[in-house]
Amino acid sequence: MEIKIKRSHSEEVQTYNVELENVTLLTVLNHIKTKIDSTLTYAHGCRSGVCGSCAVRVNGREQLMCEYKPSEGDTVEPLRNSRVIRDLVVDSSSIERFDRAGLTWREKAKEDTVSAEEMGRIERQSDCILCTSCFSACPVYTVNPDFIGPFALTRVWRYVNDPREENSDAKIAAIQINGIWDCTLCGECVPVCPSGIAPKQDIEMLRMKSAMMGYQDPNGAIAFGGGLDFGGVSF
Amino acid sequence: MAKVLIIGSGGAGLVSALSAKESGAEVIVASKTLPTRSQTSMAQGGMNAVLASDDSIESHIADTLRSSAGLGDEARITQMCEKAPEAVRWCNTIGLPFSRNERGEIARRRLGGASAPRACYAQDYTGLKLLHTLFDQCLKAGVEFRNDRFLLNLIVNQETNRVLGATFLHIESGEVEEIRADSVILATGGYGALYGKHSTNSVQATGDGLAAAVRAGVKLADMEFIQFHPTALKSSSILISESARGAGGYLLNGNRERFTDELAPRDVVARAIHEEMSKSGAVYLDIRHLGEKFIDHELPQERKLAKLYEGIDPVHELIPIKPSAHYSMGGIEVNEQCMSSVSGLFAVGECANHKTHGANRLGGNSLLELIVYGRECGKNAAEYGNKYPVPVLDNTQSIKDTNFVRGVMYFTNQIDFYQKQEMLANIFYNNVGLVRDDMGLKAVLGAIRQMQKELSFMGPRDKSKICNTNLVEFIEFGNKIELAEIIVVSAISRVESRGAHYRSDAPERNDRMFGAHTITWKEDGVLCADFIQ
Repeated sequence: MEIKIKRSHSEEVQTYNVELENVTLLTVLNHIKTKIDSTLTYAHGCRSGVCGSCAVRVNGREQLMCEYKPSEGDTVEPLRNSRVIRDLVVDSSSIERFDRAGLTWREKAKEDTVSAEEMGRIERQSDCILCTSCFSACPVYTVNPDFIGPFALTRVWRYVNDPREENSDAKIAAIQINGIWDCTLCGECVPVCPSGIAPKQDIEMLRMKSAMMGYQDPNGAIAFGGGLDFGGVSF
Repeated sequence: MAKVLIIGSGGAGLVSALSAKESGAEVIVASKTLPTRSQTSMAQGGMNAVLASDDSIESHIADTLRSSAGLGDEARITQMCEKAPEAVRWCNTIGLPFSRNERGEIARRRLGGASAPRACYAQDYTGLKLLHTLFDQCLKAGVEFRNDRFLLNLIVNQETNRVLGATFLHIESGEVEEIRADSVILATGGYGALYGKHSTNSVQATGDGLAAAVRAGVKLADMEFIQFHPTALKSSSILISESARGAGGYLLNGNRERFTDELAPRDVVARAIHEEMSKSGAVYLDIRHLGEKFIDHELPQERKLAKLYEGIDPVHELIPIKPSAHYSMGGIEVNEQCMSSVSGLFAVGECANHKTHGANRLGGNSLLELIVYGRECGKNAAEYGNKYPVPVLDNTQSIKDTNFVRGVMYFTNQIDFYQKQEMLANIFYNNVGLVRDDMGLKAVLGAIRQMQKELSFMGPRDKSKICNTNLVEFIEFGNKIELAEIIVVSAISRVESRGAHYRSDAPERNDRMFGAHTITWKEDGVLCADFIQ
């Protein structure tokens, strides 16, 4: 099987021939690194889809290497919207930066019983593995590099929507600028999530919650269902 | 204000970071990866705590003590079990989304060796959700993260036996960095990755902290005790959680017959599977009778993993499994304050031996341990640092390590270390695995000693300074070799069977000779071992 991998030293795609069938892309890369070319550089960890280390783009679409089974001629590239450190390894400092900007943590909790249904409200959002696939797929970053973005906003919604949270005013205030209104609702983040999370929906929920609290889209765009245009983006 | 350096950013590291910060310390967490990418993310089953009157703390203590096969410390086990309900409540307060029962309370399920349903869980993603919740709290608390730092060595003043800090390879830049601190906490995880493809662990679980500790003269305890999880996927060693059996899953042999109590402690079940595999060729986990709805709700990860890695759907098919290396009971010997034999150096979590698991850990006790002792350890390290600020002393460690990182590039590369690493994993699985004997262990020791001599004929092929993962993997291999020798020497010395350590040439437990901890350390490069009560 032929696999093409974008290398950073040459900015070119390098082709590797590997005799492996029905294995994950991560297994293929491990084979290349240990048997063919030890300079090939990538990140990996759990090999079971929970540590979020091995996200890359295959044929232009974000995938976890440990969950993707490659086909003949696939092209593998690093994630977008981040500085490439080497080959498929990118700078992940955006995680800390945007999580801090969105105050993505529990503030103050009450300790009551919570029904399974209520707890289920944040089940999907708390499945996030911070692989940053959604961040790579998001087109807003080409116009606003400070956009708090899909993974951090999903995380904000996780904490805002947590039935145990008593006060989420500060979080809602923190995501008005460079946050929920900058999203174009294009939905690119949804199909690339390996955990089945839909950040776009979470952003819509945050918009609704913000509107209920008296916030408005600063750009005067329609609060939800904004379509594919860039009307909601602040320049 | 004391400065506390925490090495490792898994659950144990992050809990101690929060606790040290709460105690007023300046906290730096240095780690070879991002905090959310550590081994803790892979923990599935749950966290043990007695929360209601249908269970008792006494039973939790008794179950843990029984499973520890004489190597558990009753006082520390009691402390852990008594603090368990508070630990779970704390996790709930910081936002861990525990699954709930029909009364809206935190749901509990039964894991192996437990006399009652006791493991609090968040579906089968307990570790993942705990780790992310902790990371978020660390951001809130203003903990400083230095990611991408690979631990090289601890800096220790030999005359006073006092830790001064540690040296790291900054992976991205290729430079050696030194971080000094008033106290240092090792939270670097276990050494399961030594077993390579026969381990459920992350490839990152290479025991770097333990190896650095040994080089600094720190004492380790019970390194021969490595837990094999009964049910890993046969071809990939990916974990299928004990909760699958806790919920009523069966183990079937090649003739599709049940052959053991599925909920006995892990060492017992793993050996029963091992025996059955050599008799009937294969062993399967059967959860078909639990039904699709239950599996999708309670065990979603298991279904996904079985489909992806074994190509079968457990709703309709049997899951082929084998036991795989899962948890390191052995680790840095620590006292009640979590301090090691070097002053100011603390250890917590899987890299430490808190003597709570003894010879065999119970499912649900590792997440519990890292919360209870993480909170203790962080506070103690902050207090120690306040009381005894680190002296400003010159030390040559950083120069030595800089020279090493430069020099290793000139190693000859006549021998491929990846090949040796694979061989080490295979001979470990076969001879230092579920069933051991003197001859096999000594043969492995010979092979390890040979690899130690050959290290300078290996080395990284990649000569890049920037983000050289080939170099990192070579140093990790060196760390594995360092620990491999200690594990095998400990296993040879313990001529009896106890918990996870089973010797076919000495199948009985012998309390008179070996009812003690295997303590190992290095003096002037020579490995020493002793049994100490």
